[in-house]
Amino acid sequence: MTPTVSIQPQDALYWNKIRNDFPILQQSVNGYPLVYLDNAASSQKPQQVIDSIVHYYTTYNANVHRGVHTLSQKGTDAFEAARKKVQHFIGANSEKEIIFTKGTTNSVNLLAYTFSQQMLMPDDEILITAMEHHANLVPWQMACERTGAKLRVIPMNDEGELQLDQLDNLITDKTRLISVVHVSNALGTVNPVKYIIDKAHNHHIPVMIDGAQAIPHQPVNVKELDCDFYCFSGHKMCAPTGIGVLYAKQTWLEKLPPFEGGGEMISDVSFEKTTYNELPFKFEAGTPHIEGVIALGQAIDYLENIGMDAIYAREMYLHNLAYEKLNTIPGFIPVGKAAKKASVISFLIDGIHPYDLGVILDKQGIAVRTGHHCTQPIMKQFNIPGTVRASFAFYNSEQDVEFFIAAIKKAVKMLS
Amino acid sequence: MSASINEIQDEIIEEFELFDDWMQKYDHLIEMGKSLPIMDASLKTDDRLIKGCQSKVWLVTSKKNGLIEYFADSDAVISKGVIAMLIRVLNNHTPEEIVNADLYFIDRIGLKEHLSPNRSNGLVSMIRQMKLDALALSN
Repeated sequence: MTPTVSIQPQDALYWNKIRNDFPILQQSVNGYPLVYLDNAASSQKPQQVIDSIVHYYTTYNANVHRGVHTLSQKGTDAFEAARKKVQHFIGANSEKEIIFTKGTTNSVNLLAYTFSQQMLMPDDEILITAMEHHANLVPWQMACERTGAKLRVIPMNDEGELQLDQLDNLITDKTRLISVVHVSNALGTVNPVKYIIDKAHNHHIPVMIDGAQAIPHQPVNVKELDCDFYCFSGHKMCAPTGIGVLYAKQTWLEKLPPFEGGGEMISDVSFEKTTYNELPFKFEAGTPHIEGVIALGQAIDYLENIGMDAIYAREMYLHNLAYEKLNTIPGFIPVGKAAKKASVISFLIDGIHPYDLGVILDKQGIAVRTGHHCTQPIMKQFNIPGTVRASFAFYNSEQDVEFFIAAIKKAVKMLS
Repeated sequence: MSASINEIQDEIIEEFELFDDWMQKYDHLIEMGKSLPIMDASLKTDDRLIKGCQSKVWLVTSKKNGLIEYFADSDAVISKGVIAMLIRVLNNHTPEEIVNADLYFIDRIGLKEHLSPNRSNGLVSMIRQMKLDALALSN
């Protein structure tokens, strides 16, 4: 990807034009202009992504990879072109390393299931971190239950940073895999995954990165990271729901058994024996989410046209603007104060329940997330019921930040 | 004779009709929550929590002279207002009346978008637990 340096984060003209690409943002909610700050839960979709789905069903809908007829060929071309786009977007070596899944959760489950079948023995260890989303915790817990392996956890300090000085003690000759979240959805912490990967590789341990919150907001290059597996979701990066990616090094995909059986993933089938299809199809049983894949390709085109560096700069600019203003509100308590953070602000207002704040913000057209953010162990560590989370995307505006702050002030007045 | 469930519902509907904006309605709801008697910390045990709410709502149900008495608290003021409103409607009625109650007032007080069945606000869970408790005490 070519880093775009020409677009400045404060360039109102440019970013207004970008915002207008998102039809959903042009509406009112409860009589107020919609301020969508729940981007870490799901992103909005630009018109060209929406159009690509309509275009697919209007002009070339057919099943892929099988038909010799024109529509099927056209569909297959678009489908495989999207796989190439994903490959280039994350800097993978080959399109064979791109497995389409339903989303990050499905990617982690695919890996945890196949990895545990092939690689895990009783008393082996899987190492995760204290700030994992349930999606990168429960599948490994289930894998451990199936195999008798044990789950071990890299702890986190009160700032919301991993205590990596403990990594040397936690890595043992039983460690079979380390799975780490790239960017924490609940705290916004950006983890030093490259450091962890290098350390793990010194011990010949593979590393999976949960990139659901990283991919939409910063440049990611799996070759530079040298991670063995990288998972992410389409719907957080301007693509539809129900489509995601598991990137894996080809050697791993060759070694691991298939996940689901069915059509598409086979080479030869008889009642006695079935041989499996080549990569990546070995891991893609059944008719895939064709329009989802094509629209994911469109979303990547859209993001690359802006440039991930420009997106990162824009989002951090909005984040910092909001953070400064929040900091002046009496009782503001940020949750997660890592030195390196993404455009997520998780917080509490002293004496106010996050649920109450979320309800009163919604009444004013502000969409934020409240609750435990599918990270209950984090909430337990901080001994809080949950947080209010505002997460910014490049299509948010300075006005969004202003309305957000004004709405919080009003809510605080009502609730205290 | 005390008011029936429907008479209380109608009374609440009338009260809310006096307010013309959402802020006043929520203020009223929050005030209702504040009118609940204070619950001792020793009663706030996990087995009394209503499952399915984003906030914690503790419910204690008892029966006196054949009528159900509810007692509740919450760590969130809006949830506390909601449960206070439900208590006001259902308290001091027979288990049968409570189980069969059609709570139409929720749709009519203009708080529907927030009190509508949604897994995070817990309204449905609150009503279900109140009815289940009443049913359990019916004999």
